[in-house]
Amino acid sequence: MNEATSSIPIDDAVSTKAGGKRPLYAPRVAVYPKRVTGSLRRLKWVVLAALLGVYYIVPWLRWDRGPGAPDQAVLIDLPHRRAYFFFVEIWPQEVYYLTGILILAAIALFFATALAGRVWCGFACPQTVWTDLFMWVERLIEGDRNARIRLDRQPLSLAKAGKKVAKHAIWLVIGFLTGGAWIMYFNDAPTVVHQVLTLQASSTVTAFLGLFTATTYVMAGWAREQVCTYMCPYARFQAAMFDEDTLIVTYEGWRGEPRGRHRKGESWEGRGHCIDCKQCVAVCPMGIDIRDGTQMECIGCGLCIDACNGVMEKLALPKNLITFDTEAAQEARAAGKPPRYRLFRPRTIVYGLLMVIVAGAMLWGLAFRSSVGVNVLHDRSPLYVVLSDGSLRNGYTVKILNMTRRPRTFTLGVRGPAGARLSVIGVAEAAGATVALAVKPDSVGSYRVYVRAPRAAVTAASSPLAFVVTDEASGETDLYDTVFRGP
Amino acid sequence: MPTKIEKDAVSGTETTGHEWDGIKELDTPLPRWWLYVFFACIVFAVGYWILYPSWPTGRGYLPGVLGYSQRVTIGQDLAAARAAQAGMRGRIEKASLAEIVASPELLAFAIAGGGATFADNCAPCHGAGGAGARGFPNLADDDWLWGGDLETIFQTVRYGIRSDNEETRQSDMPRFGLDGILTAAEIDAVAEYVLSFSGRADDPAAAQRGAAIFADNCAACHGDNGEGNRELGAPRLNDQIWLYGGDKKTIVETDTRARRGVMPAWIGRLDEAALKMVTVYVHSLGGGE
Repeated sequence: MNEATSSIPIDDAVSTKAGGKRPLYAPRVAVYPKRVTGSLRRLKWVVLAALLGVYYIVPWLRWDRGPGAPDQAVLIDLPHRRAYFFFVEIWPQEVYYLTGILILAAIALFFATALAGRVWCGFACPQTVWTDLFMWVERLIEGDRNARIRLDRQPLSLAKAGKKVAKHAIWLVIGFLTGGAWIMYFNDAPTVVHQVLTLQASSTVTAFLGLFTATTYVMAGWAREQVCTYMCPYARFQAAMFDEDTLIVTYEGWRGEPRGRHRKGESWEGRGHCIDCKQCVAVCPMGIDIRDGTQMECIGCGLCIDACNGVMEKLALPKNLITFDTEAAQEARAAGKPPRYRLFRPRTIVYGLLMVIVAGAMLWGLAFRSSVGVNVLHDRSPLYVVLSDGSLRNGYTVKILNMTRRPRTFTLGVRGPAGARLSVIGVAEAAGATVALAVKPDSVGSYRVYVRAPRAAVTAASSPLAFVVTDEASGETDLYDTVFRGP
Repeated sequence: MPTKIEKDAVSGTETTGHEWDGIKELDTPLPRWWLYVFFACIVFAVGYWILYPSWPTGRGYLPGVLGYSQRVTIGQDLAAARAAQAGMRGRIEKASLAEIVASPELLAFAIAGGGATFADNCAPCHGAGGAGARGFPNLADDDWLWGGDLETIFQTVRYGIRSDNEETRQSDMPRFGLDGILTAAEIDAVAEYVLSFSGRADDPAAAQRGAAIFADNCAACHGDNGEGNRELGAPRLNDQIWLYGGDKKTIVETDTRARRGVMPAWIGRLDEAALKMVTVYVHSLGGGE
């Protein structure tokens, strides 16, 4: 950006966080964002409504899974080690689906950032969404920017205390509802709501409810923009994902400068379009001046764009003095050339491909999930037992996972040393070639299995052995490779 | 010492006054709330020192106002576990071994509890899963010196073998070699005969000579065909399981020096419920009769 802008006269910009000799520790500079209307503000409201709507409503959706099973559509059932998402039921052995979702989310975030800059920060981040909501409550009760500044300067009075108490009370209620919704993702919603309202909730539920109420209240009500500036690591490396073709909130300095007051009827010759009305600074939720340039504090919400466009309209000047534009396009515009937008570049293509691959792998895995699993643990001691007739016996703990909601009977067999026979404690004491094992629905059946083989058939200290589990009804099989130990 | 403090044009913040390879750093103040959180952490730390065990004092340490100690907590946890198990342990103490095995609930508890008792008391000699070792019987196989049914195992566990309990199991093998009862050649022949039970005799002629010696000296305890005698704890000689080793050298050594394994008596050292549970556990290791 340096080459294009070095020819443009720029004054020493003074931001709202103006300097001077400062103490070692500085109090928060209060930010009073002004109300603004425009297309980006509307978009922000739509996204907020959609995201909050999903967050608060989804736990209440129902999905029938039969008797004895939870009927909540989206539920993470920690005590029973299951996760439910509509028709999908995830066992703890399949936690890699969660990994896949997280990887997909991360790549999608990088993809969106490479294309459109900090849109996550400005529109979708929970911190932004809840802070926006809290500031709307504040504006509703205390008034717009100037009214709020005046109120804070006033000495404490009954009216002022009343407003503050009302605001904080509503904030706490929103925090409580937020915590409540969080808990409802981990417990059945109607049940846990009833428990909380009748003061019968467990200590875990109460603790998390308290935690989320407190953190929502503190983060959205008190910390606000300081989270983005000081706490969030994302703010710091977002810029590393930008290139010259990323859309960012940018002030067209080549058009706006030199700035200064403008009286009605004055000519626009020899001066920029910026009339220094400071509306962009007033509406900024971060309290920064975008005319200083792209900076770490700018979360890319675009409210300054709406504010400036409102002013440009009144002045009958072209819009988008502050705009969502790419660096390359800005350089072209500044030079009077037509702007070029490159959507397809190596960065975006690679991110896009990665998303397709990861999503594809997950869908494939989901479509071809098997409903039976087998895990075998070879006894660690004794490794093998010599029986009276000289034959060898190995002990195993075989666990069969029945991932459906019907009771099933499986046939357990072995492939290994010739003449190997199995017996299962509690089911088939006499040794045979195969054993039928019944497993209850949606559970793991655990069996102690002994495999005997004649001494002559065992030629090595460790020979491969496979347990084969077959569902008699459907023919579905699973296999587990282990070993048969000998002297 | 800062050498040159400058003022940044954009933010108005001063620099630290130092320069590293041309790179300067802004001296932006830390947020005040951060400082207060830091103070709060210090207050929390001091509170923690007061409430919980903290600073060493020469030989001792500051125990903390709450009197918390991991040792005490463990003791409380063990007592709580004991109390929680009291119901089941009481039932096992009153039930007979057959009743325990017949009830799935008691059986599961007994196998788990017996496994824990086994690991603490029996595994040092008998091995982790009853695997055994040279001179210490394998409890998972189907060969038993004194008997493998529940009642017999129970008696063995209670009173031990050749222990100092007055009701212990007793038997002694004569030291045929050391006490001069048999000559070396005779021992050799008998060893060949014993090997012939499992079809491993190298010298059939010696084995034939050994047959007569066996009938005179060994059959009384070990049985006419080497089938063993559980009354006396005399091992089966005609199978593939050997307590000290089934090669000729070891058999000759056994015959010469005799063997006298000892097992402690556990009555008095373990309570009745533990004795029953460990019996059930051993019986379940794969060789129970």
